[in-house]
Amino acid sequence: MIAHAIFFYIFSIIAVISAIMVTVSKNTVHSVFFLILDFISISCLFIMIGAEFLGMIMLIVYVGAVAVLFLFVVMMLNVAQQKNQWFISKESSGHIPVGLIISVIIFFELIIVIGGWKYKPELLNPTNLLITKEVSNTHSLGLILYTDYIHVFQISGMILLIAMIGAIVLTFRQREGVKKQSYLKQISRERTEGVEVLEVASNKGVKIDD
Amino acid sequence: MEYLNIIFQETYKILFLLVPVLVSVAMIVWLDRRVWAFVQKRQGPNVVGPFGLLQSLADALKYIFKEIIIPASSNKVIFILAPIITMTLALTAWAVIPFNENNVLANINVGILYIFAVSSLGVYGIIMGGWASNSKYPFLGAIRSAAQMVSYEVSIGIIIINVLLCVGSLNLNDIVKAQENMWFVIPLFPMFVIFFISALAETNRPPFDLPEAEAELVAGYQTEYSGMMYAMFWLGEYANILLMCALGSILFLGGWLSPIDLFPFNMIPGAIWLIFKILFLFILFALVKAIVPRYRYDQLMRLGWKIFLPLSLTYVVLTASYLFYFNLLPVI
Repeated sequence: MIAHAIFFYIFSIIAVISAIMVTVSKNTVHSVFFLILDFISISCLFIMIGAEFLGMIMLIVYVGAVAVLFLFVVMMLNVAQQKNQWFISKESSGHIPVGLIISVIIFFELIIVIGGWKYKPELLNPTNLLITKEVSNTHSLGLILYTDYIHVFQISGMILLIAMIGAIVLTFRQREGVKKQSYLKQISRERTEGVEVLEVASNKGVKIDD
Repeated sequence: MEYLNIIFQETYKILFLLVPVLVSVAMIVWLDRRVWAFVQKRQGPNVVGPFGLLQSLADALKYIFKEIIIPASSNKVIFILAPIITMTLALTAWAVIPFNENNVLANINVGILYIFAVSSLGVYGIIMGGWASNSKYPFLGAIRSAAQMVSYEVSIGIIIINVLLCVGSLNLNDIVKAQENMWFVIPLFPMFVIFFISALAETNRPPFDLPEAEAELVAGYQTEYSGMMYAMFWLGEYANILLMCALGSILFLGGWLSPIDLFPFNMIPGAIWLIFKILFLFILFALVKAIVPRYRYDQLMRLGWKIFLPLSLTYVVLTASYLFYFNLLPVI
């Protein structure tokens, strides 16, 4: 049990420190790396409470895909070169009230959740979570997701699909005059249509259409 | 005291796994070069030791004694971290590979997800190396490889779903045991082919070695690396290739199971069968390197997203409906 506690504190300290470093560090690429460290230590915490499936999915989805895209964007836009002027200048302070409102809302939500947990513990009674040792938690997640919550599950899938299509539609632009290669055309080309023998008159030349 | 005992035992086990893996990585580099040479009617490395077997050791010695050069304008911490991360990740994934029924370092419930997660983290070593070098060619190589690895992971994930549908468990032991009657390579043969090609792309092997295409990008993300750090990238790369071969043989070729359950064959220990299967897949990898020209980048992306992804998704639907219709779905 002591080893468990030690590992819990190690991972949570790493998580908190790297979360702070995400916002504090000046180099944007560094803050993405700290974000990745944060994700990894949180998935370690998930694994420690026995939610191995969630921990692995966290690693695969957030670290393996989402953070790679973050890094991609940050590196391509070269935000690392950006000076810190933007944070100091006055015209950028318009977002501070909005940010304050959102953080106050999140703060109260946290208070409600933690307070409810503290004063009404039967709300989160571990016995009504139906976790058994015999069934692995992948199976138990599947049993809940595909029976009781099938509609919610399907609707969230539809929302993701719509978001994906929307992103593609928004960023799609048809460019004019782009030469495209048709693989079928290239493969099915034969010698007879590729080579043409022409009689070239002296001092006249030949006009080749393409 | 008890904890110390556990730690010593586990370290002993880990060393017993890691040292053979590292030695076989060195041997596999030699094998790769030999196969490559034989296809091209050359001899390959045959001077150091019998058949040139010690060539990799000689190379490693040379790498160790070379100077490590860190570019002045690089981001030093990340520059040094990158090869370390590549190699560590390539080796950690071996923890869940079962060499026999009881011969696993960590027999976890979500073994296949673990391997998938760790191999998807592998892209960070490359991106970090490419970015921290602060140079054009490494950066281009890193961007290419990130896009390539992310897109081929998608198809590998869906192929794994195909296998999982037939097994009903994420545990690698269960996956191997489910193949006792028939290896999955027979019913899922198209998926095996796609897995093989995606594994080539995932490990940046030819014909998908665009991140390190020497004709365009010098050596891609490894351009600025020298000495032991370059060797670590190289070790990590080959350990990843071996891991992909091991994963392929566990998912499709029946892992430690012998091909025929008859007397002389089932006397051979399972670990040896697994090693044979890994070697078979690796020789295929080496042959592909020797005989196939490099893909162009847009063709690579097209192959990943427009061909492999729809094909493997269709196969998931086919497998699921077949299993459902004939009532063959695995029961928990």
